[in-house]
Amino acid sequence: MASSISRFVAGVTCALALAAGVAAQTQINGAGATFPFPIYSKWFAEYNKLHADIRINYQSVGSGAGIQQLIKQTVFFGATDGPMTPEQMQNAPGKVLHFPTVLGAVVPVYNIPNVKDELKFSGPILADIFLGKITKWNDAAITKLNPGINLPGTDITVAHRADGSGTTYIWVDFLSKVSPEWKSKVGVNTSVKWPTGVGGRGNEGVASLVAQTPGSIGYVELIYALQTKMSYGTVQNMAGEFVKASVQSVTAAAGAAATQMPPDFRVSITNAPGKGVYPVSSFTWLLLYESPKDKAQAKVMVDFLKWALGDGQKFAPELGYAPLPEGVIKLEMAALAKIRTQ
Amino acid sequence: MAQAWRKDIGFRAGTGVFALLLIGIVGAIGVELTLQSMKSINQFGLDFWRTEIWDPVAGEFGALPFIWGTLYSSILALLLATPIALGIAVFISELCPAALRQPLVFLTELLAAIPSIVYGLWGIFVLVPAVRTLEASLPGAVRSLPMFSGPPLGLGMLSAALVLAIMVIPFSSSVAREVLKSVPSAQREAAYALGATRFEAIRAALFYARTGIIGAVMLGFGRALGETMAVTMVIGNNPQVSVSLFAPQYTMAAVIANEFTEAADELYLAALVEIGLVLFIITLVVNTMSRLLIWSMARSGAKAPAAEPAAAAVPGTA
Repeated sequence: MASSISRFVAGVTCALALAAGVAAQTQINGAGATFPFPIYSKWFAEYNKLHADIRINYQSVGSGAGIQQLIKQTVFFGATDGPMTPEQMQNAPGKVLHFPTVLGAVVPVYNIPNVKDELKFSGPILADIFLGKITKWNDAAITKLNPGINLPGTDITVAHRADGSGTTYIWVDFLSKVSPEWKSKVGVNTSVKWPTGVGGRGNEGVASLVAQTPGSIGYVELIYALQTKMSYGTVQNMAGEFVKASVQSVTAAAGAAATQMPPDFRVSITNAPGKGVYPVSSFTWLLLYESPKDKAQAKVMVDFLKWALGDGQKFAPELGYAPLPEGVIKLEMAALAKIRTQ
Repeated sequence: MAQAWRKDIGFRAGTGVFALLLIGIVGAIGVELTLQSMKSINQFGLDFWRTEIWDPVAGEFGALPFIWGTLYSSILALLLATPIALGIAVFISELCPAALRQPLVFLTELLAAIPSIVYGLWGIFVLVPAVRTLEASLPGAVRSLPMFSGPPLGLGMLSAALVLAIMVIPFSSSVAREVLKSVPSAQREAAYALGATRFEAIRAALFYARTGIIGAVMLGFGRALGETMAVTMVIGNNPQVSVSLFAPQYTMAAVIANEFTEAADELYLAALVEIGLVLFIITLVVNTMSRLLIWSMARSGAKAPAAEPAAAAVPGTA
């Protein structure tokens, strides 16, 4: 129904354009993840400055809802923080391609009375804290990693996201890679059955829980921590280094993954190998049909993506996202050629 | 004459259609919620109502912790709010100096107009830290009771009930005030004539207006059941069945609001819609029960002699 209406509208628009002999305003609708919304809206605005006749609408309804709308074809493109599941790919009426657009990271934030130092965490310790197995800040496992910091014996309160979220997906994806117990007991999804703790709504919800609750630990997006100037801990990567999340260390995580990138780009880069890599990093993806119904819109989207992967990347750092490494961009440019625009 | 009669028929049919439309909308909501949650209904059946597990990864869903959290928080809120709301209503309608009446009415109505997210923010930044301090200052003997067990987080059932109570008070008190206003002055005069004190006369008026007051309370209960934003911000969002006021818990409306956008899996989505269906059913049952209560009271009241309510209220003190 909706697609027949949009086809009708598109047809009328084309007819009008031909009749008037001028380029028609092309409008493309998309929906999905909230995490990349700031950079997507910046991109669409900048792109509109370059191409006044193109308007791209993006509704940040959440990754799950974006995928649903893409499958039902009520939007032309989707966006997600976690790759589509094989089941979702099957439900879609056509083949869906994933295109990484920028990178994000998730950082541990904490509030320990009288401790101002930057704490070091390892994956297994974070997993044990979030499993409720490590319950005191002066647990031997934590103090061993942080010599010289006088950690109190206060109880640890875990704060997590209550709403389904790509941030949670990245965080638990990392935990299940470093902890077999997390993988078998909890698993990976945008919402999980938390073994312990309290839930806050959104990054701001978790951040305010942590800020207010002495002895608490939570996780927020890197952008959010940077914008609000929260302090956050370092996380040990596969090479054994304790790395602080930054635009560089997140791009490095993707660079390490680029060498063994699967052709469909559906890859998790948490706990990526390599030096200087921040281990709780992830791509965020734009979703397009390989053979979209509307070829004119397909051509516009391909042109837009080429621009976003090229010139557009320079807007990423100022908004707190890490730009894609060269290697990944090259692979994506090749993959974009697969989209049928005729 | 005949034309006027025809107009009357048209009017009756027109308003009748609107009334039927209302029934149709309620029915359509029920049908749609059922259809959308079929997958979850088929999978879990009645176990959905009594299972405690909510695991989106494993695809196992049960609504019990959410049903519990919703009813527990709403009933607590009601217990806290009803005496205060009645007190406000009685003061404004019976005792208050005339100059104060309008400002007070205005203020209670203003409270009702505040968006719930504002209550939520106030809850997070003011109420929760205060509740945490209160919880931490309780003596160990009290803390060992099951109702007060658990670490003092501030977030949890107690904060949720307090926020809900504050949100419910203006609704209940406004309606209760209107109800008290409609009590015929003959009732009070009769009580005074029998030598009642002011307190006794007001008690007689309250008794006379009891059906309306129960209606006011139930209105508040309905609002508490469906409240979402303010509750999710202070309740801690942890699906568990616990009698502890300090424990973080969860409500039906809150889990729908929180998880709906990212629920991509079909069964997960159906389970969330079924939570909506459960909330719909519980709201219907609660409203029906309060209706029945009011009806039965009204019927028994009608049989009694007119002076009975006032007389019944006085004996203990006469």
